[in-house]
Amino acid sequence: MLFMRLELKGITKRFGSFTANDAIDLVVEPGEIHCLLGENGAGKSTLMNVLFGLYSADAGEILINGESVHFATSGDAVRKGIGMVHQHFMLVPVFTVAENVVLGFEPTKSFNRVDYAAASDKIRKFSEEFGLEVDPDAIIEELPVGIQQRVEILKALSQEAELLILDEPTAVLTPQEIESLIKIMKDLAASGKSILFISHKLKEVKAVADKITVIRLGKVVGTGLPTDSEEELASKMVGRSVNLQVEKSPHNPGTPMLEVKNLVVRDERGVAVVNNISFSVCQGEILAVAGVQGNGQSELVEAIAGMRPVESGTITINGTRVDNASPRECLDAGLAHIPEDRQRDGLVLKLSVADNLVLNTPRAPQFAGRGTRKLSKVRENAEKLVQDFDIRTESVDAPVGSLSGGNQQKVIVARELSRNVDVLIAAQPTRGLDVGSIEYVHKQFIRERDSNKAVLLVSSELDEVFSLADRIAVMFQGGITGVVSPDSTREAIGLLMAGITEHTNV
Amino acid sequence: MSENKTSLWQRYLSANPVTMSFLAIFLGFVVGAAVIIFSSSDVLHAWTQIFNSPGAILHAIKVTLDNVGAAYRAMFTGSVFDPTILWHALTTGQDWTAALTPISETLTYAAPLVIISIGVAISFETGLFNIGANGQAILGGIAGTAFGSMIHLPMFIHLPLTLACGVAAGAFYGFIPGVLKALTGAHEVIVTLMLNYVVAFFLLYSLLSTPLQLPGQVNDLSRVILPSAQLPNFFATATTLRVSWGILIAIGVVAFGWWFLNRSTLGFDFRITGANPNAARASGINPKKIIMYVFLISGGLAGLAGVVQVDGTTHSLDGGFLIGSAGIGFTAITVSLLGRNKPINVFWGAILFSALGVGGRIMQAETGIPLDLATIIQSAVVLFVATPVMVQEIFRLREGTLHTVELNTKGWSS
Repeated sequence: MLFMRLELKGITKRFGSFTANDAIDLVVEPGEIHCLLGENGAGKSTLMNVLFGLYSADAGEILINGESVHFATSGDAVRKGIGMVHQHFMLVPVFTVAENVVLGFEPTKSFNRVDYAAASDKIRKFSEEFGLEVDPDAIIEELPVGIQQRVEILKALSQEAELLILDEPTAVLTPQEIESLIKIMKDLAASGKSILFISHKLKEVKAVADKITVIRLGKVVGTGLPTDSEEELASKMVGRSVNLQVEKSPHNPGTPMLEVKNLVVRDERGVAVVNNISFSVCQGEILAVAGVQGNGQSELVEAIAGMRPVESGTITINGTRVDNASPRECLDAGLAHIPEDRQRDGLVLKLSVADNLVLNTPRAPQFAGRGTRKLSKVRENAEKLVQDFDIRTESVDAPVGSLSGGNQQKVIVARELSRNVDVLIAAQPTRGLDVGSIEYVHKQFIRERDSNKAVLLVSSELDEVFSLADRIAVMFQGGITGVVSPDSTREAIGLLMAGITEHTNV
Repeated sequence: MSENKTSLWQRYLSANPVTMSFLAIFLGFVVGAAVIIFSSSDVLHAWTQIFNSPGAILHAIKVTLDNVGAAYRAMFTGSVFDPTILWHALTTGQDWTAALTPISETLTYAAPLVIISIGVAISFETGLFNIGANGQAILGGIAGTAFGSMIHLPMFIHLPLTLACGVAAGAFYGFIPGVLKALTGAHEVIVTLMLNYVVAFFLLYSLLSTPLQLPGQVNDLSRVILPSAQLPNFFATATTLRVSWGILIAIGVVAFGWWFLNRSTLGFDFRITGANPNAARASGINPKKIIMYVFLISGGLAGLAGVVQVDGTTHSLDGGFLIGSAGIGFTAITVSLLGRNKPINVFWGAILFSALGVGGRIMQAETGIPLDLATIIQSAVVLFVATPVMVQEIFRLREGTLHTVELNTKGWSS
């Protein structure tokens, strides 16, 4: 089969009473890059899982080149020429590239032995054909993430995929890697492959798409073209107008509130994942720590919050030494912490919104006396914060787990900001949030900065870093490769994120 | 208007926790009925005859109903009240003792079970599995008996101190696994389980040696608690009404448990730790402290249960103290599960289980059906409580807001 025209007609998928996909129509022409744009929870992934045979639709049909098909398993989808690159790669880390690509479809010699030579040749052939440079004999875990993704794409192509589904493929890449992925996608499209690209990031979608379908709450709410403005696309996606530009006053730093000196932190394996880092954050400024995930940012934040032992070096919050202090001591020293994994560290999902809003201050005099909690005061506090921070919940007594991801994050933001302390550290505060919630959280951070707080923002989203930061520190392999101003170019920061420092002044 | 009615009715019929508990109990009795049917030779014989004569099938049904009915009637009259005797007492004003004996017996058994179950529920709610409540209760009983039988003091001080001795001993015995888990990570299930054996043998040792052994005795019997230390009976004159002030203590413990878990700051820390240990740590809660507090409180309540049992009912120890059929500390685990760790529900669960035990003995005496049936019903109830999806399917209930059992304990491997 050559060239594929995919058509989805009225695809509907329900989970209980919840309709995840509601009569979705979609056409992908051969050689087209079709973007599926939508907020988290809009039903993008459900739709792709239906298309890839992982879920079966309750209604509607899938047509390939005009012929109706039915996929009972993902194997059926693969045989019909559909390949999927998952957000989390499905590769065996200790195998070579060639072994991974042929896994499940191994070429064999006599006695069913795997023909590794043939596998390697196959990879080389595909690499050349599609311009995807990969060494077939490299071990997966030794490759950078961007190359691992290429291997996933190669794997799909080697199974003769005519339509590639890329599920949020840029989440884990550096800006340079994103650029090279976009080039690969364009080359593939030029050679006649169809691509279905799923994302909620407007910039990438505009850069790569031929056609854009926006879905919201399980329904197709409109189509767009890459020439449409970001504001137009965002408002379609969110359902209301969105201001993507954060307004802020000029940078006017005061005295340092959070100081980190020569900090060394080891991870569970004993590797120094934070290696001799020093920086300080002053009153009235946002210092953003940028970098590809996994370069020590998470451990840095955990060490500051008292959740990870410090090997050497010092951390000072508002004059109080808190290296190797307990989380309680850090909180009492004046730290507000928005943790990276909100469901693991930030919330107790089965407890109510009201309880979660006082999770780290249950003994504050206004909320308790003589060992007994003042539940009416806890509720009052919750009613007020729900109002002030626009938390969408049916009641303050509802378990926080029943809220959407964005509203769960707002609960944490509301709790930490309402504590009114000197230093705020936030790790990936908008991960997984929709455009509307991101806008909201950003405004709150600017408000904190303008009220003379010190804010340390750790983020792997460059857009976020650029729009919020007063200074940007870039982390690479446990060290800071540079501290630059937000007027720097994306390219400059991209190089620092990749550990290349020669062209920049630190 | 009619819409409102439907929705209210539907809410009762949805898989909400209360409905689910009652249905689980009902199904437990259904299983019990099946066991009666299949273990009664009369019933089985009647069913083998159904083809011999017309009407034999009706006879078989009648025999079945009679047998099941007799068993459950005996259970009810033995543990709650006998309608005819109660009517007699109401109309003549006589024989009140006989009319109240069943409920008195149930409450007598329930008092320590309620107390120990609240302790176990608090540990479950914190995500810790206190399997050692039985041992902690036994040590509480030993300490209380020693203090109550060998020290001479006026009652107003002797009785409270006797109870306090039980609490302290239970708390101490709970603190051992608590401190071991907090400081070394030793798994609390293993440690508490093993400590149960240690205390069981310590009980035998202390009952067979001075000073606790009853002087002049060769059997495993302890001294008798002095009247100044005994929990008074409710009805001092009627000797068959054994229910003591222990049941008031139990109600007090339920109130404490409710306050502790729902209102106290420490209880809030407990619940956070149980539901999400990572978030607890990030919120400034010291998990090691919490582990030790949990075992102190859970052990203390177990110790109180032990001393209430001996001080309110038996007044002396023997080698079978609290070991019973499965051990009160183990029954407490199933009671906590039945009550989903909510103190008020746990209270009713403990009453139900005590009634099953007390009524089961009467049933055994009257119908010859073994007491084990009570245990089977108890087990079946717990099984149905633990499998809400199955109950929901059996009764075709709509999805409710809460249809899963929220048990925080992570089991053996965590």
